[in-house]
Amino acid sequence: MKTIVSVIGKDAVGIISKVSAICFECNANIVDITQSVLQDMFVMVMLTEIKDLNCSFTDFSEKMKQLGKENNLDIRVMHEDIFNSMHRI
Amino acid sequence: MININDIMETINMISEENLDIRTVTMGISLLDCADSDANRACEKIYDKITRLAGNLVKTGEDIESQYGIPIINKRISVTPIAMIAAASKADPVMYAKALQKAADATGVNFIGGYSALVHKGFSAGDEALIRSIPEALSLTDNICSSVNIGSTKAGINMDAVKLMGQIVRRTAEITADRDCIGCAKLVVFCNAVEDNPFMAGAFHGVGEPDSVIHVGVSGPGVVQAALKKYPDADLGQLAEIIKRTAFKITRMGQLVGSEASKRLGVPFGIVDLSLAPTPAVGDSVAHILEEMGLETCGIHGTTAALAMLNDAVKKGGVMASSYVGGLSGAFIPVSEDAGMIAAAKSGDLELSKLEAMTAVCSVGLDMIAIPGETPAEVISAIIADEAAIGMVNSKTTAVRVIPAIGKKAGETLEFGGLLGSGPIMNVNSVKSPKKFIDRAGRIPAPLQSLKN
Repeated sequence: MKTIVSVIGKDAVGIISKVSAICFECNANIVDITQSVLQDMFVMVMLTEIKDLNCSFTDFSEKMKQLGKENNLDIRVMHEDIFNSMHRI
Repeated sequence: MININDIMETINMISEENLDIRTVTMGISLLDCADSDANRACEKIYDKITRLAGNLVKTGEDIESQYGIPIINKRISVTPIAMIAAASKADPVMYAKALQKAADATGVNFIGGYSALVHKGFSAGDEALIRSIPEALSLTDNICSSVNIGSTKAGINMDAVKLMGQIVRRTAEITADRDCIGCAKLVVFCNAVEDNPFMAGAFHGVGEPDSVIHVGVSGPGVVQAALKKYPDADLGQLAEIIKRTAFKITRMGQLVGSEASKRLGVPFGIVDLSLAPTPAVGDSVAHILEEMGLETCGIHGTTAALAMLNDAVKKGGVMASSYVGGLSGAFIPVSEDAGMIAAAKSGDLELSKLEAMTAVCSVGLDMIAIPGETPAEVISAIIADEAAIGMVNSKTTAVRVIPAIGKKAGETLEFGGLLGSGPIMNVNSVKSPKKFIDRAGRIPAPLQSLKN
């Protein structure tokens, strides 16, 4: 199962490193990363494979959310199917 | 990978524009729970609901967390209790209490189905159940009741219409100390549907499987935000934008519905293609109409704008889901819609306009607070008018009015939460329809019913 980790907020040093550190800690494999600046906001989207996650999905998602709170970023972990079903026929 | 703009669009819809799944509703048949011993029947009802829906709330929350989409309500609809209660001669309120116990045990927001279908006449158990509605709704918190008093095929049962006027009033009186909340849980239908996931009108029809998952989507804020980007588009283009937005919203409902059905091991029923507002800012159907170009909701032009909106929502949604059903259309519950509340308060939106609007959308006169002194026969006449619109146009119509006991037009009823606050609207009751309502009997089915 793949999830999309999205990070939205003000650009700062080390965002990708911090997010990847949690992926490593939870054994989530990063498949793809894209980043861009949309409407003055830094946006980073990471596709991760979480079939071999060493913790529960909720823990993984909570860790990301916590990181977001600490760094004033909006970090969400969402199953990729939600985007596939909405934007692809 | 999926386009970054698409990902941002979805996230924006959820975080900024109030996109959510309004409800995941599990329909449960209670036909096998009927018993001549009412206590035994109530035990069976409790056991069956808790067995099938024990994991409903947990599953909903898991899906919410995994997909990142809020699911606001987890609900249950059951076979109309009048059918089950008919097997015993006991007080139907017992069954309402059993349902409440099951609601508490499963943690769902509502159980709908304290209902009777009497569009052609009362069968055993129907009248007793209807007469018990005020008490049942006052003694329970999470039970919803509905009564179907007419259909295109059967006509309108005016005996039931007359009775329901009295029942609505009585329900308001008995819950007057709680802002007449009982009436917010009671809806009177014409052409009620069997697979409706929305409250207060949800019940599990007899043609449905033993248990089933239905989903109701929401998203007025998303439609409004989409329209805002095109201030100069013509109406054909607006319809196209609404269709595209409705498609996306509905796809989400389809995904959540099929996932819930898989996880719970219960067949997937339908997605209800709906625009369901909440009192939150940016979640209003009235504001969509205003975005289309009306200075305020309720003025001339409102019916046309709503007709287009409703049609475009259905056209966009229908391809997004394998099975479409329920009420499907834009809802216009006054107390649950910030724009409607404002329009009703300013006097721009009147009851007569709302009645016209119900002819072109889903579902009816919904969540409207009316003056406390409105006589039962006037409430019956409101129900009859609304049922006539449904009967002739082969659509579902409904009445959920709340007589605000002890209050007058211009004051407000506060329900709180999703039910919002209801400005009390003026009702034309100077002259009386009493003679007409007292005639009772049955309005014959219209010519539209003869389709064979």
